[in-house]
Amino acid sequence: MITEPFGYHAPKSLSEAVRLVAQFGADGKVLAGGHSLIPLMKLRLASPKHLVDIGGISDLSYIREDGDEIQIGATTTHFRIESSDLLKTKCPLLPETAGEIGDAQVRNKGTMGGSLAHSDPAGDWPAAILALDAEIQAVSARGERWIPAREFFVDLLATALKGDEILTAIRLPALPSRAGDAYLKLHHPASGFAVVGAAARLVLGENGSIERAALGITGIGPKAYRAAAVESALAGKSPTTKRLEEASAHAADGVDANSDLYASAEYRSHLARVYTRRAIEKALERAQERTDGR
Amino acid sequence: MKDKRGTSRKGGGNRNALSRRDFLRAGATVSGGLLAGESRAISAPAAPETQVLGPDEVPVTLRINGTENNVHMEPRVTLLDALRNHLDITGAKRVCDRGTCGACTVMIDGNPTYSCSVLAIEAQGHEITTIESLSDGTRFDPVIHAFVANDAQQCGFCTPGFVMACRAFLNKHPHPTLDQVKKGLSGNLCRCGTYHGVEHAVLEAAGMGHAGVMAPPGAPDRKS
Repeated sequence: MITEPFGYHAPKSLSEAVRLVAQFGADGKVLAGGHSLIPLMKLRLASPKHLVDIGGISDLSYIREDGDEIQIGATTTHFRIESSDLLKTKCPLLPETAGEIGDAQVRNKGTMGGSLAHSDPAGDWPAAILALDAEIQAVSARGERWIPAREFFVDLLATALKGDEILTAIRLPALPSRAGDAYLKLHHPASGFAVVGAAARLVLGENGSIERAALGITGIGPKAYRAAAVESALAGKSPTTKRLEEASAHAADGVDANSDLYASAEYRSHLARVYTRRAIEKALERAQERTDGR
Repeated sequence: MKDKRGTSRKGGGNRNALSRRDFLRAGATVSGGLLAGESRAISAPAAPETQVLGPDEVPVTLRINGTENNVHMEPRVTLLDALRNHLDITGAKRVCDRGTCGACTVMIDGNPTYSCSVLAIEAQGHEITTIESLSDGTRFDPVIHAFVANDAQQCGFCTPGFVMACRAFLNKHPHPTLDQVKKGLSGNLCRCGTYHGVEHAVLEAAGMGHAGVMAPPGAPDRKS
Protein backbone atom coordinates (compact mmCIF):
# COMPACT_ATOMS: atom_id res chain seq x y z
CA MET A 1 0.00 0.00 0.00
CA ILE A 2 1.28 3.43 -0.90
CA THR A 3 -0.16 6.76 0.14
CA GLU A 4 -1.16 9.50 -2.27
CA PRO A 5 1.72 11.90 -2.96
CA PHE A 6 2.13 14.75 -0.51
CA GLY A 7 4.48 17.56 0.35
CA TYR A 8 6.39 17.07 3.59
CA HIS A 9 7.08 19.91 5.98
CA ALA A 10 9.17 19.61 9.12
CA PRO A 11 8.90 22.94 10.95
CA LYS A 12 11.32 23.52 13.80
CA SER A 13 9.03 25.84 15.77
CA LEU A 14 5.42 25.70 16.88
CA SER A 15 4.67 29.12 15.41
CA GLU A 16 5.84 27.92 12.02
CA ALA A 17 3.77 24.72 12.36
CA VAL A 18 0.70 26.78 13.27
CA ARG A 19 1.26 28.98 10.25
CA LEU A 20 1.53 25.97 7.93
CA VAL A 21 -1.57 24.26 9.32
CA ALA A 22 -3.59 27.45 8.87
CA GLN A 23 -2.22 27.90 5.38
CA PHE A 24 -3.05 24.36 4.20
CA GLY A 25 -6.49 24.14 5.79
CA ALA A 26 -8.31 20.99 4.69
CA ASP A 27 -5.36 19.98 2.46
CA GLY A 28 -3.06 19.48 5.44
CA LYS A 29 -2.65 17.02 8.30
CA VAL A 30 -0.41 17.08 11.33
CA LEU A 31 2.01 14.15 11.68
CA ALA A 32 2.80 13.35 15.34
CA GLY A 33 4.20 9.82 15.38
CA GLY A 34 2.09 8.61 12.49
CA HIS A 35 1.03 5.20 13.75
CA SER A 36 -2.60 6.07 13.13
CA LEU A 37 -2.22 8.51 10.26
CA ILE A 38 0.25 6.69 7.98
CA PRO A 39 -1.81 3.45 7.80
CA LEU A 40 -4.94 5.56 7.25
CA MET A 41 -3.20 7.31 4.34
CA LYS A 42 -2.04 3.99 2.89
CA LEU A 43 -5.64 2.83 2.84
CA ARG A 44 -6.39 6.10 1.01
CA LEU A 45 -8.92 6.93 3.70
CA ALA A 46 -7.01 10.14 4.29
CA SER A 47 -5.15 11.84 1.46
CA PRO A 48 -3.71 15.13 2.67
CA LYS A 49 -1.70 17.10 0.13
CA HIS A 50 0.58 18.36 2.87
CA LEU A 51 1.96 16.71 5.99
CA VAL A 52 3.18 18.96 8.76
CA ASP A 53 5.53 16.84 10.88
CA ILE A 54 5.68 18.30 14.39
CA GLY A 55 8.01 15.52 15.59
CA GLY A 56 11.03 17.77 15.13
CA ILE A 57 9.75 20.54 17.40
CA SER A 58 11.81 19.74 20.46
CA ASP A 59 9.79 21.73 22.99
CA LEU A 60 6.64 19.70 22.32
CA SER A 61 8.09 16.57 23.92
CA TYR A 62 8.26 16.82 27.72
CA ILE A 63 6.80 15.70 31.02
CA ARG A 64 6.84 18.39 33.68
CA GLU A 65 5.48 19.08 37.11
CA ASP A 66 4.07 22.50 37.89
CA GLY A 67 2.81 22.75 41.45
CA ASP A 68 -0.06 20.29 41.79
CA GLU A 69 -0.31 19.86 38.05
CA ILE A 70 1.36 17.64 35.52
CA GLN A 71 1.83 18.79 31.95
CA ILE A 72 2.79 16.56 29.05
CA GLY A 73 3.84 17.72 25.60
CA ALA A 74 1.88 16.44 22.63
CA THR A 75 4.72 14.55 20.95
CA THR A 76 5.79 12.70 24.09
CA THR A 77 5.86 9.00 23.19
CA HIS A 78 3.79 6.42 25.00
CA PHE A 79 7.03 4.71 26.04
CA ARG A 80 8.39 7.84 27.67
CA ILE A 81 5.20 8.18 29.70
CA GLU A 82 5.24 4.48 30.57
CA SER A 83 8.77 4.75 31.94
CA SER A 84 8.54 8.17 33.65
CA ASP A 85 9.51 8.00 37.32
CA LEU A 86 7.87 11.36 37.93
CA LEU A 87 4.54 10.10 36.62
CA LYS A 88 4.79 6.80 38.49
CA THR A 89 4.79 8.88 41.67
CA LYS A 90 2.60 11.82 40.76
CA CYS A 91 0.07 10.35 38.38
CA PRO A 92 0.46 6.56 38.16
CA LEU A 93 -2.63 6.10 35.99
CA LEU A 94 -0.73 7.56 33.03
CA PRO A 95 2.21 5.12 33.00
CA GLU A 96 -0.19 2.29 33.72
CA THR A 97 -2.32 3.26 30.71
CA ALA A 98 0.70 3.87 28.47
CA GLY A 99 2.03 0.38 29.23
CA GLU A 100 -1.20 -1.13 27.95
CA ILE A 101 -1.10 0.62 24.56
CA GLY A 102 -0.51 -1.61 21.53
CA ASP A 103 2.96 -3.11 21.79
CA ALA A 104 6.58 -2.05 22.19
CA GLN A 105 6.87 -0.92 18.57
CA VAL A 106 3.78 1.28 18.82
CA ARG A 107 4.78 2.75 22.17
CA ASN A 108 8.22 3.70 20.86
CA LYS A 109 6.86 5.86 18.06
CA GLY A 110 3.24 6.72 18.84
CA THR A 111 2.59 9.90 20.82
CA MET A 112 0.00 10.91 23.38
CA GLY A 113 -1.04 14.01 21.45
CA GLY A 114 -1.24 12.17 18.15
CA SER A 115 -3.38 9.47 19.70
CA LEU A 116 -5.76 11.97 21.30
CA ALA A 117 -6.11 14.04 18.14
CA HIS A 118 -6.92 10.85 16.21
CA SER A 119 -9.40 9.84 18.91
CA ASP A 120 -9.80 6.19 18.01
CA PRO A 121 -12.88 4.76 19.76
CA ALA A 122 -10.74 1.85 20.96
CA GLY A 123 -7.73 3.96 21.94
CA ASP A 124 -6.53 3.83 25.53
CA TRP A 125 -5.74 7.46 26.34
CA PRO A 126 -9.32 8.79 26.15
CA ALA A 127 -10.41 6.62 29.11
CA ALA A 128 -7.58 7.86 31.33
CA ILE A 129 -7.88 11.47 30.21
CA LEU A 130 -11.59 11.48 30.99
CA ALA A 131 -11.17 9.84 34.41
CA LEU A 132 -8.51 12.37 35.36
CA ASP A 133 -10.45 15.43 34.17
CA ALA A 134 -7.49 16.46 32.07
CA GLU A 135 -7.41 19.50 29.82
CA ILE A 136 -6.07 19.55 26.32
CA GLN A 137 -4.22 22.54 24.91
CA ALA A 138 -5.01 23.69 21.39
CA VAL A 139 -2.89 26.37 19.74
CA SER A 140 -3.64 28.35 16.62
CA ALA A 141 -2.70 31.74 15.23
CA ARG A 142 -5.67 33.05 17.20
CA GLY A 143 -4.05 32.03 20.46
CA GLU A 144 -4.27 29.06 22.80
CA ARG A 145 -7.13 27.48 24.69
CA TRP A 146 -7.59 24.58 27.08
CA ILE A 147 -10.34 22.09 26.24
CA PRO A 148 -11.75 19.97 29.10
CA ALA A 149 -11.49 16.24 28.31
CA ARG A 150 -15.25 15.88 28.64
CA GLU A 151 -15.75 18.30 25.76
CA PHE A 152 -12.87 17.03 23.66
CA PHE A 153 -14.25 13.75 22.30
CA VAL A 154 -17.10 14.67 19.99
CA ASP A 155 -17.87 11.57 17.97
CA LEU A 156 -16.28 8.72 16.06
CA LEU A 157 -12.70 9.94 15.35
CA ALA A 158 -13.90 13.51 15.85
CA THR A 159 -12.60 15.93 18.44
CA ALA A 160 -13.25 19.51 19.51
CA LEU A 161 -10.08 20.67 17.76
CA LYS A 162 -10.73 23.38 15.18
CA GLY A 163 -9.27 23.15 11.69
CA ASP A 164 -6.42 25.58 12.35
CA GLU A 165 -5.52 24.24 15.78
CA ILE A 166 -2.66 21.97 16.81
CA LEU A 167 -2.93 19.85 19.95
CA THR A 168 0.15 20.87 21.90
CA ALA A 169 -0.15 19.63 25.49
CA ILE A 170 -2.21 17.78 28.09
CA ARG A 171 -2.41 18.96 31.70
CA LEU A 172 -3.97 17.23 34.66
CA PRO A 173 -3.97 17.32 38.44
CA ALA A 174 -1.47 15.16 40.32
CA LEU A 175 -2.88 12.28 42.35
CA PRO A 176 -4.48 13.80 45.47
CA SER A 177 -4.11 12.26 48.92
CA ARG A 178 -6.52 9.45 49.85
CA ALA A 179 -6.94 8.65 46.17
CA GLY A 180 -6.17 5.68 43.96
CA ASP A 181 -6.69 4.86 40.32
CA ALA A 182 -6.43 1.98 37.89
CA TYR A 183 -6.69 1.18 34.19
CA LEU A 184 -7.82 -2.29 33.23
CA LYS A 185 -8.21 -3.43 29.68
CA LEU A 186 -9.11 -6.41 27.55
CA HIS A 187 -6.66 -6.39 24.65
CA HIS A 188 -7.75 -7.43 21.23
CA PRO A 189 -5.37 -10.35 20.79
CA ALA A 190 -4.00 -9.29 17.40
CA SER A 191 -4.22 -5.52 17.24
CA GLY A 192 -3.68 -4.73 20.91
CA PHE A 193 -6.50 -2.18 20.83
CA ALA A 194 -8.97 -2.06 23.72
CA VAL A 195 -12.00 -4.27 23.29
CA VAL A 196 -12.86 -2.49 26.50
CA GLY A 197 -10.75 -0.28 28.74
CA ALA A 198 -11.88 1.13 32.08
CA ALA A 199 -9.99 3.89 33.91
CA ALA A 200 -11.10 4.58 37.45
CA ARG A 201 -10.14 7.19 40.00
CA LEU A 202 -11.51 7.03 43.54
CA VAL A 203 -11.02 9.68 46.23
CA LEU A 204 -11.84 8.53 49.73
CA GLY A 205 -13.28 10.63 52.56
CA GLU A 206 -11.85 10.83 56.10
CA ASN A 207 -14.11 7.98 57.17
CA GLY A 208 -13.12 5.69 54.30
CA SER A 209 -16.25 6.26 52.26
CA ILE A 210 -16.03 7.14 48.58
CA GLU A 211 -15.92 10.92 48.34
CA ARG A 212 -15.71 10.99 44.57
CA ALA A 213 -15.50 8.44 41.77
CA ALA A 214 -14.55 9.07 38.14
CA LEU A 215 -14.85 6.42 35.43
CA GLY A 216 -13.63 6.74 31.86
CA ILE A 217 -14.54 3.92 29.49
CA THR A 218 -13.19 3.24 26.01
CA GLY A 219 -13.74 0.59 23.32
CA ILE A 220 -17.49 0.25 23.76
CA GLY A 221 -19.15 2.97 21.72
CA PRO A 222 -18.17 5.43 19.00
CA LYS A 223 -16.24 7.52 21.52
CA ALA A 224 -14.92 7.15 25.04
CA TYR A 225 -17.25 8.38 27.78
CA ARG A 226 -17.61 9.07 31.48
CA ALA A 227 -19.87 6.54 33.20
CA ALA A 228 -21.91 9.10 35.13
CA ALA A 229 -24.43 6.58 36.49
CA VAL A 230 -21.63 4.52 38.03
CA GLU A 231 -20.06 7.62 39.55
CA SER A 232 -23.26 8.87 41.16
CA ALA A 233 -24.03 5.40 42.51
CA LEU A 234 -20.71 5.46 44.35
CA ALA A 235 -20.39 9.08 45.50
CA GLY A 236 -20.73 9.46 49.25
CA LYS A 237 -21.23 5.73 49.79
CA SER A 238 -19.16 3.25 51.73
CA PRO A 239 -17.30 0.91 49.36
CA THR A 240 -18.92 -2.44 50.06
CA THR A 241 -18.54 -5.27 47.57
CA LYS A 242 -22.27 -5.20 46.91
CA ARG A 243 -22.21 -1.44 46.28
CA LEU A 244 -19.36 -1.72 43.78
CA GLU A 245 -21.16 -4.53 41.99
CA GLU A 246 -24.42 -2.58 41.80
CA ALA A 247 -22.74 0.60 40.64
CA SER A 248 -20.73 -1.20 37.95
CA ALA A 249 -23.93 -2.61 36.48
CA HIS A 250 -24.55 0.89 35.05
CA ALA A 251 -21.25 1.03 33.13
CA ALA A 252 -22.82 0.79 29.68
CA ASP A 253 -26.11 2.57 30.40
CA GLY A 254 -27.29 4.58 27.42
CA VAL A 255 -24.30 3.65 25.24
CA ASP A 256 -24.77 2.39 21.70
CA ALA A 257 -22.20 -0.40 21.83
CA ASN A 258 -20.20 -1.46 18.78
CA SER A 259 -20.30 -4.99 17.41
CA ASP A 260 -17.64 -6.76 15.42
CA LEU A 261 -16.35 -10.25 14.66
CA TYR A 262 -14.59 -10.37 17.97
CA ALA A 263 -17.21 -8.98 20.34
CA SER A 264 -20.96 -8.42 19.99
CA ALA A 265 -22.59 -5.31 21.41
CA GLU A 266 -24.07 -7.41 24.20
CA TYR A 267 -20.69 -8.93 25.09
CA ARG A 268 -19.01 -5.51 24.95
CA SER A 269 -21.57 -4.06 27.33
CA HIS A 270 -21.01 -7.00 29.65
CA LEU A 271 -17.26 -6.44 29.47
CA ALA A 272 -17.78 -2.77 30.32
CA ARG A 273 -19.54 -3.76 33.52
CA VAL A 274 -16.96 -6.39 34.47
CA TYR A 275 -13.92 -4.23 33.75
CA THR A 276 -15.50 -1.25 35.48
CA ARG A 277 -15.98 -3.29 38.64
CA ARG A 278 -12.42 -4.60 38.50
CA ALA A 279 -11.00 -1.12 37.88
CA ILE A 280 -12.97 0.33 40.80
CA GLU A 281 -11.85 -2.49 43.08
CA LYS A 282 -8.23 -1.96 42.10
CA ALA A 283 -8.46 1.81 42.50
CA LEU A 284 -10.10 1.35 45.89
CA GLU A 285 -7.39 -1.03 47.03
CA ARG A 286 -4.71 1.44 45.98
CA ALA A 287 -6.50 4.38 47.61
CA GLN A 288 -6.79 2.45 50.86
CA GLU A 289 -3.11 1.46 50.71
CA ARG A 290 -2.07 5.06 50.22
CA THR A 291 -4.39 6.28 52.98
CA ASP A 292 -3.14 3.65 55.43
CA GLY A 293 0.44 4.23 54.49
CA ARG A 294 0.39 7.93 55.28
CA MET B 1 -4.39 2.59 13.57
CA LYS B 2 -4.42 -1.10 13.46
CA ASP B 3 -6.55 -3.04 11.20
CA LYS B 4 -7.18 -6.43 12.67
CA ARG B 5 -9.66 -5.18 15.15
CA GLY B 6 -12.23 -5.38 12.38
CA THR B 7 -15.50 -3.70 13.18
CA SER B 8 -17.24 -5.40 10.30
CA ARG B 9 -19.85 -7.97 11.08
CA LYS B 10 -21.74 -8.90 8.01
CA GLY B 11 -24.54 -11.26 8.75
CA GLY B 12 -24.18 -10.58 12.41
CA GLY B 13 -27.61 -9.03 12.62
CA ASN B 14 -26.32 -6.25 14.79
CA ARG B 15 -27.86 -2.91 15.45
CA ASN B 16 -24.82 -0.95 14.58
CA ALA B 17 -23.98 -2.19 11.10
CA LEU B 18 -20.80 -0.25 10.56
CA SER B 19 -17.86 -1.93 8.90
CA ARG B 20 -14.28 -1.13 9.81
CA ARG B 21 -13.84 0.37 6.40
CA ASP B 22 -16.95 2.55 6.70
CA PHE B 23 -15.78 3.46 10.10
CA LEU B 24 -12.40 4.61 8.87
CA ARG B 25 -13.92 6.37 5.91
CA ALA B 26 -16.23 8.28 8.20
CA GLY B 27 -13.31 9.06 10.41
CA ALA B 28 -11.16 10.25 7.58
CA THR B 29 -13.93 12.55 6.46
CA VAL B 30 -14.33 13.84 9.94
CA SER B 31 -10.65 14.29 10.56
CA GLY B 32 -10.30 15.89 7.18
CA GLY B 33 -12.97 18.27 8.32
CA LEU B 34 -10.99 18.97 11.43
CA LEU B 35 -8.42 20.69 9.36
CA ALA B 36 -10.97 22.50 7.26
CA GLY B 37 -10.99 25.45 9.60
CA GLU B 38 -12.34 28.74 8.48
CA SER B 39 -9.68 30.74 10.15
CA ARG B 40 -7.24 32.39 7.85
CA ALA B 41 -6.00 34.63 10.58
CA ILE B 42 -2.46 34.37 9.32
CA SER B 43 -2.66 36.28 6.09
CA ALA B 44 0.89 37.52 5.91
CA PRO B 45 2.71 35.29 3.42
CA ALA B 46 5.70 35.20 5.72
CA ALA B 47 8.89 34.00 4.14
CA PRO B 48 8.64 30.23 4.38
CA GLU B 49 11.05 29.07 7.07
CA THR B 50 10.19 25.48 6.35
CA GLN B 51 11.18 24.11 3.00
CA VAL B 52 8.53 21.93 1.42
CA LEU B 53 9.89 18.54 0.44
CA GLY B 54 8.16 16.71 -2.38
CA PRO B 55 5.81 15.48 -3.55
CA ASP B 56 8.46 14.65 -6.16
CA GLU B 57 11.67 12.85 -5.32
CA VAL B 58 13.95 14.52 -2.82
CA PRO B 59 17.40 13.58 -1.53
CA VAL B 60 17.21 11.53 1.64
CA THR B 61 20.11 10.45 3.82
CA LEU B 62 19.61 7.36 5.95
CA ARG B 63 22.15 6.04 8.43
CA ILE B 64 21.72 2.27 8.37
CA ASN B 65 23.87 -0.17 10.34
CA GLY B 66 26.48 2.53 10.76
CA THR B 67 26.66 3.52 7.08
CA GLU B 68 25.27 6.66 5.48
CA ASN B 69 23.12 6.04 2.41
CA ASN B 70 22.13 8.84 0.04
CA VAL B 71 19.09 8.12 -2.09
CA HIS B 72 16.35 10.01 -3.89
CA MET B 73 12.76 9.19 -3.09
CA GLU B 74 9.33 10.70 -2.70
CA PRO B 75 8.37 11.76 0.83
CA ARG B 76 5.62 9.16 0.82
CA VAL B 77 8.11 6.27 0.78
CA THR B 78 8.14 4.45 4.10
CA LEU B 79 11.34 3.39 5.79
CA LEU B 80 10.47 -0.23 4.98
CA ASP B 81 10.08 0.48 1.28
CA ALA B 82 13.22 2.61 1.28
CA LEU B 83 15.19 -0.31 2.73
CA ARG B 84 13.72 -2.95 0.46
CA ASN B 85 13.09 -1.14 -2.81
CA HIS B 86 15.68 1.63 -2.83
CA LEU B 87 18.59 0.17 -0.88
CA ASP B 88 18.19 -3.58 -1.45
CA ILE B 89 18.32 -4.23 2.30
CA THR B 90 15.61 -6.87 2.31
CA GLY B 91 15.80 -8.46 5.76
CA ALA B 92 12.83 -6.50 7.09
CA LYS B 93 9.69 -7.99 5.58
CA ARG B 94 6.51 -6.38 4.32
CA VAL B 95 3.48 -8.30 5.55
CA CYS B 96 0.54 -6.37 6.99
CA ASP B 97 2.05 -2.98 6.02
CA ARG B 98 -0.04 -1.20 8.64
CA GLY B 99 1.77 -1.51 11.94
CA THR B 100 0.33 -4.68 13.35
CA CYS B 101 2.34 -7.80 12.51
CA GLY B 102 5.91 -6.80 13.33
CA ALA B 103 7.60 -8.43 10.31
CA CYS B 104 9.06 -5.04 9.35
CA THR B 105 10.62 -4.40 12.78
CA VAL B 106 13.91 -2.50 12.76
CA MET B 107 15.56 -0.51 15.52
CA ILE B 108 15.54 3.26 15.41
CA ASP B 109 18.00 4.65 17.94
CA GLY B 110 17.94 1.23 19.57
CA ASN B 111 14.15 1.07 19.93
CA PRO B 112 12.15 -1.56 18.01
CA THR B 113 9.90 0.22 15.52
CA TYR B 114 7.50 -0.69 12.72
CA SER B 115 9.41 0.50 9.64
CA CYS B 116 6.21 0.24 7.55
CA SER B 117 4.63 3.08 9.52
CA VAL B 118 7.55 5.49 9.57
CA LEU B 119 8.36 7.71 6.61
CA ALA B 120 11.94 7.33 5.43
CA ILE B 121 12.26 11.10 5.30
CA GLU B 122 11.27 11.19 8.97
CA ALA B 123 13.94 8.64 9.91
CA GLN B 124 16.79 10.89 8.74
CA GLY B 125 19.22 11.79 11.49
CA HIS B 126 18.45 8.64 13.42
CA GLU B 127 20.44 5.44 13.77
CA ILE B 128 18.66 2.65 11.93
CA THR B 129 19.61 -0.95 12.71
CA THR B 130 18.37 -3.88 10.63
CA ILE B 131 18.64 -7.66 10.88
CA GLU B 132 21.61 -7.50 8.49
CA SER B 133 23.71 -6.08 11.33
CA LEU B 134 23.32 -9.25 13.40
CA SER B 135 25.58 -11.37 11.22
CA ASP B 136 28.74 -10.92 9.20
CA GLY B 137 28.13 -14.13 7.26
CA THR B 138 30.12 -16.40 9.55
CA ARG B 139 29.25 -15.18 13.03
CA PHE B 140 25.74 -14.62 14.33
CA ASP B 141 24.04 -12.83 17.17
CA PRO B 142 23.12 -15.13 20.10
CA VAL B 143 19.44 -14.55 19.37
CA ILE B 144 19.89 -16.17 15.95
CA HIS B 145 21.69 -19.15 17.46
CA ALA B 146 18.91 -19.48 20.02
CA PHE B 147 16.21 -19.33 17.33
CA VAL B 148 17.86 -22.23 15.52
CA ALA B 149 18.38 -24.25 18.68
CA ASN B 150 14.79 -23.77 19.84
CA ASP B 151 12.98 -24.34 16.55
CA ALA B 152 11.69 -20.79 16.75
CA GLN B 153 10.76 -20.51 13.09
CA GLN B 154 8.72 -22.50 10.65
CA CYS B 155 8.12 -20.72 7.34
CA GLY B 156 10.53 -18.06 8.53
CA PHE B 157 8.87 -15.00 7.05
CA CYS B 158 8.17 -13.31 10.38
CA THR B 159 11.57 -14.35 11.75
CA PRO B 160 13.71 -11.28 10.91
CA GLY B 161 11.19 -9.01 12.61
CA PHE B 162 11.00 -11.33 15.59
CA VAL B 163 14.77 -11.53 15.89
CA MET B 164 15.06 -7.72 15.85
CA ALA B 165 12.30 -7.36 18.42
CA CYS B 166 14.02 -9.99 20.59
CA ARG B 167 17.42 -8.35 20.29
CA ALA B 168 15.99 -4.92 21.19
CA PHE B 169 14.04 -6.45 24.06
CA LEU B 170 17.12 -8.24 25.46
CA ASN B 171 19.18 -5.06 25.21
CA LYS B 172 16.69 -3.44 27.61
CA HIS B 173 15.89 -6.54 29.69
CA PRO B 174 18.99 -8.74 29.86
CA HIS B 175 17.43 -11.15 32.38
CA PRO B 176 13.72 -11.32 31.59
CA THR B 177 10.99 -13.51 33.02
CA LEU B 178 8.73 -15.48 30.68
CA ASP B 179 5.89 -13.01 31.32
CA GLN B 180 8.15 -10.09 30.40
CA VAL B 181 9.14 -11.90 27.21
CA LYS B 182 5.50 -12.45 26.23
CA LYS B 183 4.60 -8.82 26.84
CA GLY B 184 7.79 -7.51 25.27
CA LEU B 185 7.23 -9.43 22.04
CA SER B 186 3.49 -8.85 21.72
CA GLY B 187 4.10 -6.62 18.70
CA ASN B 188 5.12 -9.55 16.50
CA LEU B 189 2.76 -12.12 15.03
CA CYS B 190 3.61 -15.59 13.64
CA ARG B 191 0.98 -17.41 11.62
CA CYS B 192 2.86 -20.70 11.98
CA GLY B 193 2.44 -20.36 15.73
CA THR B 194 6.07 -20.61 16.78
CA TYR B 195 5.59 -18.46 19.86
CA HIS B 196 6.61 -21.23 22.24
CA GLY B 197 9.92 -21.68 20.47
CA VAL B 198 10.49 -17.93 20.27
CA GLU B 199 9.88 -17.46 23.98
CA HIS B 200 12.35 -20.20 24.84
CA ALA B 201 14.85 -18.80 22.35
CA VAL B 202 14.74 -15.41 24.07
CA LEU B 203 15.22 -16.95 27.50
CA GLU B 204 18.11 -19.02 26.21
CA ALA B 205 19.71 -16.09 24.40
CA ALA B 206 19.47 -14.10 27.64
CA GLY B 207 21.72 -16.67 29.30
CA MET B 208 24.15 -17.03 26.40
CA GLY B 209 26.02 -13.80 26.74
CA HIS B 210 28.07 -12.75 23.78
CA ALA B 211 31.19 -14.89 24.09
CA GLY B 212 32.40 -16.35 20.85
CA VAL B 213 29.61 -14.89 18.82
CA MET B 214 28.97 -11.62 17.15
CA ALA B 215 28.51 -8.72 19.50
CA PRO B 216 25.03 -7.29 19.22
CA PRO B 217 24.64 -3.63 18.41
CA GLY B 218 24.79 -1.45 21.48
CA ALA B 219 21.60 -0.20 23.01
CA PRO B 220 21.74 3.56 23.13
CA ASP B 221 20.38 5.05 26.32
CA ARG B 222 16.73 5.83 26.02
CA LYS B 223 15.80 9.32 26.91
CA SER B 224 13.10 8.97 29.47
